[in-house]
Amino acid sequence: MFVSSAYAASTTETIAQTDTHGAAETAVPGATPDAHATDTHTETGVPHQQGVFPPFDSSHFASQILWLALTFAVFYLFLSRVILPRIGGIIETRRDRIATDLDQAARMKQESDEAFAAYEQELADAKKKAGGIAQTARDEAKAKADAEQAEVSAALEKKLSDAEASIAAIKDKAMNEVGTIAEDTASEIIRKILGGSIDKASISAAVKAVRG
Amino acid sequence: MSNDPIHQFHIAKWIPINVGGIDLSFTNSSAFMVATIGVASAFLYMTSSNRGLIPTRLQSISEMAYEFVASTLRESAGNAGMKFFPFVFSLFMFVLVANMLGMFPYFFTVTSQIIVTFALAVLVIGTVLAYGFAKHGFKFLGVFIPSGVPAPLLLLVVPIEIISFLSRPISLSVRLFANMLAGHITLKVFAGFVASLSAFGALGIGGAILPLAMTVALTGLEFLVAFLQAYVFTVLTCMYLNDAVHPGGH
Repeated sequence: MFVSSAYAASTTETIAQTDTHGAAETAVPGATPDAHATDTHTETGVPHQQGVFPPFDSSHFASQILWLALTFAVFYLFLSRVILPRIGGIIETRRDRIATDLDQAARMKQESDEAFAAYEQELADAKKKAGGIAQTARDEAKAKADAEQAEVSAALEKKLSDAEASIAAIKDKAMNEVGTIAEDTASEIIRKILGGSIDKASISAAVKAVRG
Repeated sequence: MSNDPIHQFHIAKWIPINVGGIDLSFTNSSAFMVATIGVASAFLYMTSSNRGLIPTRLQSISEMAYEFVASTLRESAGNAGMKFFPFVFSLFMFVLVANMLGMFPYFFTVTSQIIVTFALAVLVIGTVLAYGFAKHGFKFLGVFIPSGVPAPLLLLVVPIEIISFLSRPISLSVRLFANMLAGHITLKVFAGFVASLSAFGALGIGGAILPLAMTVALTGLEFLVAFLQAYVFTVLTCMYLNDAVHPGGH
């Protein structure tokens, strides 16, 4: 291929240049650029240092260093004065923002925890209070019921005793009347059987005697 | 378009500038450096202009980049290292956007130039050295003396530590440069196969399917590499800065 022909062409060159080729070959194994460099120079019409591998062409070194120094210095100044403070500021702002947001979130969480605890406390109090109220209501109702029950039973008791008394009275009366009825019946019977009347007092005595 | 995989790394002068015999031309590489910082700045500026408390998708990309670099730096170098945050963030964004812009066809990849990555690495190591000596004075040399090593072994360990410290800018720059360079060359070679094979008629077009699939897969891989190398560059920068902040701490 053209690589071998290039190497053959390079043998015609000077010793100093051959040294340069040696350096080029150590840096880039397999690349033998010299003959192509010769082509290049004829193409582009650059007259000096025929056949020198372009990166090792020392005639350009001064210009390369100068322009590198200029461009790199400008670049460095621009980055260090404008770009880096700006990007650094963006990142710093974001970091601060995230930190404050996290703080705020933590504070809000604490607040919500506190609110929840207060709510729990209040709920417990309310439950306790509700229990108390219910107990009181229950007690009151029970007392009232008891009182009413006592009243009713007392009334019933009284009615019962009244009834008993009235029964006893009626019974007494009835018993008394039984004597009268018995006297009447006896006197009637006697009159019917014996055909005459009998002394009312003796009948009454007899009835009394029978009844005991 | 040339089929040459190296053509993409060639530097073309757009505006020739010559100061005292030194060539300081505005090249395609310079243009893409400007494009890199332009795209990165515009993206970061516009996505953060709403300052939304709830970020939009694009805003969260900017914020992710910010927090990603911030956490990487804080984990490596602690809070004392956070004074380097703008520097590390600028490096990360610059390398990432330069790598990503390089993924567009016909675009120039700034980070495929060894001098660019080396300059960035030297900037990192220079910052470490300057801050380390300014802050800790000669105590900064304690970075070469690992704690808990017995004295006789220090004769061996300290030179190794010094060599490893000195090789940092090289490894840091070559890693990024070589990854971007190799990836772009590989992509170009496989894409070139597609073009050259399809010139051979129907059979060639059928045969071009394989390198085409390879190109697609490699494109995905290169996006990963573009991000990963920016990440690696940033992580290593953070680790090196840790030495400047805590010289005795390893």
